[in-house]
Amino acid sequence: MNPLVVFILILTLTGCSDALWNNPYPSEDAGKNILYNAFAERPKHLDPVQSYSSNEILFTAQIYQPPLQYHYLKRPFTLIPQTVDIMPMVHYYDEAGNRLPTESDPAAIAYSIYEISLKRGIYYQPHPAFARDELDAFLYHNLTQKELQDIFKLADFSEQGTRELLAEDYIYQIKRLAHPRLHSPIFGLMAEYIIGLKEYAEVLRKEVEALPREGYLDLRKFPLEGVEVVDTHTYRIKIRGKYPQFIYWLAMPFFAPIPWEADRFYSQAGMAEKNITLDWYPVGTGPYMLTENDPNRVMILERNPHFTGEYYPTEGMPDDVESGLLKDAGRPIPFIDKVVFSRERESIPRWNKFLQGYYDASGISSDSFDQAVQLTGQGEATVTEAMKAQGIRLETAVAPSTYYMGFNMLDPVVGGRTEQEKASARKLRQAISIAVDYEEYVSIFANGRGIPAQGPIPPGITGYREGKEGINPLVYRWQDGKAQRRPIEEAKALLAEAGYPNGIDRKTGTPLVLYFDVTARSVDDKSMLDWMRKQFRKIDIQLVVRSTDYNRFQDKIRKGNAQIFEWGWNADYPDPENFLFLLYGPQRKMGNHSGNNAANYDNPEYNRLFEQMEKMEDSQEREQIIDRMVAILREDAPWLWGFHPMDYALYHAWFQNVKPNKQSYNNMKYLRIDPVLREQKRREWNQPVIWPIGTGVAVLVMSLIPGFIAYRRRERKIELRKLSA
Amino acid sequence: MLNYIIRRVLYAIPILIGVNLITFTLFFVVNTPDDMARMHLGVKHVTDEAIVKWKQERGYDKPLLYNPELAGLSKLTDTIFFEKSVAMFVFDFGHADDGRDIAYEIKSRMMPSLAIALPVFLLGLLVYITFALVIVFFRMTYIDFWGVVLCVALMSISSLFYIIGGQFLVSKLWHLVPISGYGSGLDAGKFLILPIIIGVVSSAGANVRWYRTIFLEEMNKEYVRTARAKGLPESIVLFRHVLKNALIPILTGAVVVIPLLFLGSLIVESFFGIPGLGSYTIEAINSQDFAVVRAMVFLGSLLYIIGLIFTDISYTLVDPRIRLQ
Repeated sequence: MNPLVVFILILTLTGCSDALWNNPYPSEDAGKNILYNAFAERPKHLDPVQSYSSNEILFTAQIYQPPLQYHYLKRPFTLIPQTVDIMPMVHYYDEAGNRLPTESDPAAIAYSIYEISLKRGIYYQPHPAFARDELDAFLYHNLTQKELQDIFKLADFSEQGTRELLAEDYIYQIKRLAHPRLHSPIFGLMAEYIIGLKEYAEVLRKEVEALPREGYLDLRKFPLEGVEVVDTHTYRIKIRGKYPQFIYWLAMPFFAPIPWEADRFYSQAGMAEKNITLDWYPVGTGPYMLTENDPNRVMILERNPHFTGEYYPTEGMPDDVESGLLKDAGRPIPFIDKVVFSRERESIPRWNKFLQGYYDASGISSDSFDQAVQLTGQGEATVTEAMKAQGIRLETAVAPSTYYMGFNMLDPVVGGRTEQEKASARKLRQAISIAVDYEEYVSIFANGRGIPAQGPIPPGITGYREGKEGINPLVYRWQDGKAQRRPIEEAKALLAEAGYPNGIDRKTGTPLVLYFDVTARSVDDKSMLDWMRKQFRKIDIQLVVRSTDYNRFQDKIRKGNAQIFEWGWNADYPDPENFLFLLYGPQRKMGNHSGNNAANYDNPEYNRLFEQMEKMEDSQEREQIIDRMVAILREDAPWLWGFHPMDYALYHAWFQNVKPNKQSYNNMKYLRIDPVLREQKRREWNQPVIWPIGTGVAVLVMSLIPGFIAYRRRERKIELRKLSA
Repeated sequence: MLNYIIRRVLYAIPILIGVNLITFTLFFVVNTPDDMARMHLGVKHVTDEAIVKWKQERGYDKPLLYNPELAGLSKLTDTIFFEKSVAMFVFDFGHADDGRDIAYEIKSRMMPSLAIALPVFLLGLLVYITFALVIVFFRMTYIDFWGVVLCVALMSISSLFYIIGGQFLVSKLWHLVPISGYGSGLDAGKFLILPIIIGVVSSAGANVRWYRTIFLEEMNKEYVRTARAKGLPESIVLFRHVLKNALIPILTGAVVVIPLLFLGSLIVESFFGIPGLGSYTIEAINSQDFAVVRAMVFLGSLLYIIGLIFTDISYTLVDPRIRLQ
């Protein structure tokens, strides 16, 4: 059949119903309490022991419940209980096992014990792993290949069950960190702290070797020294020494509960071949459960029917009342019944669907930035008139991240080997710090979505200071109530002091050439690299870009072969330690591949202060130490501090309770939508325009007529020729 | 013919081994097993022990092609190449580096790819041949001239333009179909209309010109002159005689791509949110997932070989003079 006919037929059939023609969702879902969202990258792991990326935690954080969570509205970020009654109690002990007072010298603390007491009455989502028969035996724990024949997804199991959340489930998950088949990204880090975890991994490794590939390793049979079940709802974690930041890890899915039944269920032979694994189908106690997992197309979260007992926060920041964020205070959560995540690899369709009302929120790509955002006279970002007319609003948040340009401190030119060289290199780095104008960078390459950094600590984290006291005095001056970059002449003077007057090496008489190592860039990045060359040229330094693939780039960094490089860091938790450790000497990449100090910076005084600071609770004294550390870093300038990115996101008028942040991810339960308003707007914005179909058909017919006439004429001519012959 | 097919199938084995070896070499020239482990484990908190463990778990701790420490045949068999390649010949593609079953993934992505590629192929063939014949029918007239001009214009425009332009007009301005997405069963129809039309239109220029050339060449043959001399109408000459005789070059181009239709199209699937196979290989290359890369290259080569065999067989069907021996 002619495609045009098929097209018209389908359109006509669709037109007979009340549904919108361009609605990508089933028409029966119209007006329902469903949130529509998009994702670009498919999550690799949904097992909380492995998932670490933000696109994975977006899902796992709604499903799994670690003991703690961040307060949704309060800033700076504050930890609050999630599945526990009260915040965990921490007790310190010396080598002999004597309990020490809280204020004890960290050096005297041999180990710390975190005691965690769970709320009662928390239940898991319905899941076949819990289903039992009349004799109370598990229905699906010993499946035969025959029984598995007709099973292709989790929903194919007819029976489901649940059970209460117990302390042993948290212990089970901590043991899974050491499971040799699971590759938890934080195992190495946690093995340094959780007592016995490293040895435990060795024990499990030997056990696993004796198992078939899909065999079940019952972790309950193997005790781990650093964890203990006190009673059904209480457990303890034993940490080596004092590690105050451990509390933040208790708010991450790595420390969420996993019921042994789920592990047993998924370990059965034949399950993995059908992708029926814990990595694909999570089992949690959280407000949502994953009911459809087709990460190439759609992932659907639906309300967990067993989730109860959590309420919308009743307090927040002063602005929150004004912005309506406390309207739902005290109401039971979650508000939304279902969240549909559709995969959109390309930004253009994603953006257009948002404008049509088929996505409730959207990020802003650089292609659509000018269409969406404008700057007010005061330099404040706001939505354009067109967006405003659609009721779309803009929300911004500074991410707890930093993008920096690092100097390899082992390099003789930018790092120096002798004391004299080091002093000279410091001046050189300081000169470059002034020359590279990150205000301009953010304005050109990030559409203004970023804050030029004054040090390694981003806003919202202890140690970050606003205003005059927060500026990096080596690079900025406080003038007219704002930070002003120092003039380029000062940079040139510093360069001359470093031994490179006008960019010429005083010793050799040759121009100073520096090397910028970057990962292979697309054509689009050429302008950025040109801009960077221009910045160095301002002080007569020639910058040579060395582009390579990501593997070789990492290799260069590990081997200390890079000279200047770009990198970034996203916070694991909102503590300055998580940024300051990036320049801690023993974290150097060179000779220690797992280190995170890519600049190989090693300053004994800084190291000493870091060791002191990391063991301290938040206090005035700790802040003073942090200030001192930041001052050392500014003086040494091992990084160009770069910028802290800002997230801009757009929300439709029907989307409520949005307070964006990049630290906590379990926020879906607080969000609310008005499906009636959404449906009304969708209908208003998406009425089909029929005339192009009619016009198209008419044009086609009109173009066929002369062709047909010409055909008839030609055929007649042939006939006539035949007759005359 | 059976002997011929058996011989071609046997020829396929060394070809597939060769393709596999080249893929393996190219992949590991760029990526080492350590790089793969780092890519998989992420950059944060990764220890050397974790990398070693990851490689051991997936068999990437062995030598690439030759194991000098072992004796006899084990020197060749106890290597990454051998262990990762042999299973593929019995269609056991194994698991991706994230633990997912590759065969499952291919199976579930194949149908959406086919849902676009097959209609585009069939409809395209029909439209291109029809238009080419019409142009040839009106050769040396203004229809022929403007038809060729139109073809050149269509050829000169990037396929991305058709996609973005089509989405802008049909979906964004006129609200006639969803911009992107995919549904199962009949529900898929509304998502497929636009990509199929764009698929057909975007390739129309090159294909219509190609078929026009074939038909014009055929038109100069003696049997056409004889047919005309017999007084047959031009439409009969074209649609009955020329078309039949031009089928060999058409089949050469068309049949060989039929098996490859399963592999989908990267750009169309990306822009229309079709969960097909088009992006699977690219995603695997970006995430340095050798298991998926080798499986997809193997599958691609295999389907291409099958396509060539089909082409040969189809020759015998349209031209009785051809015999496969």
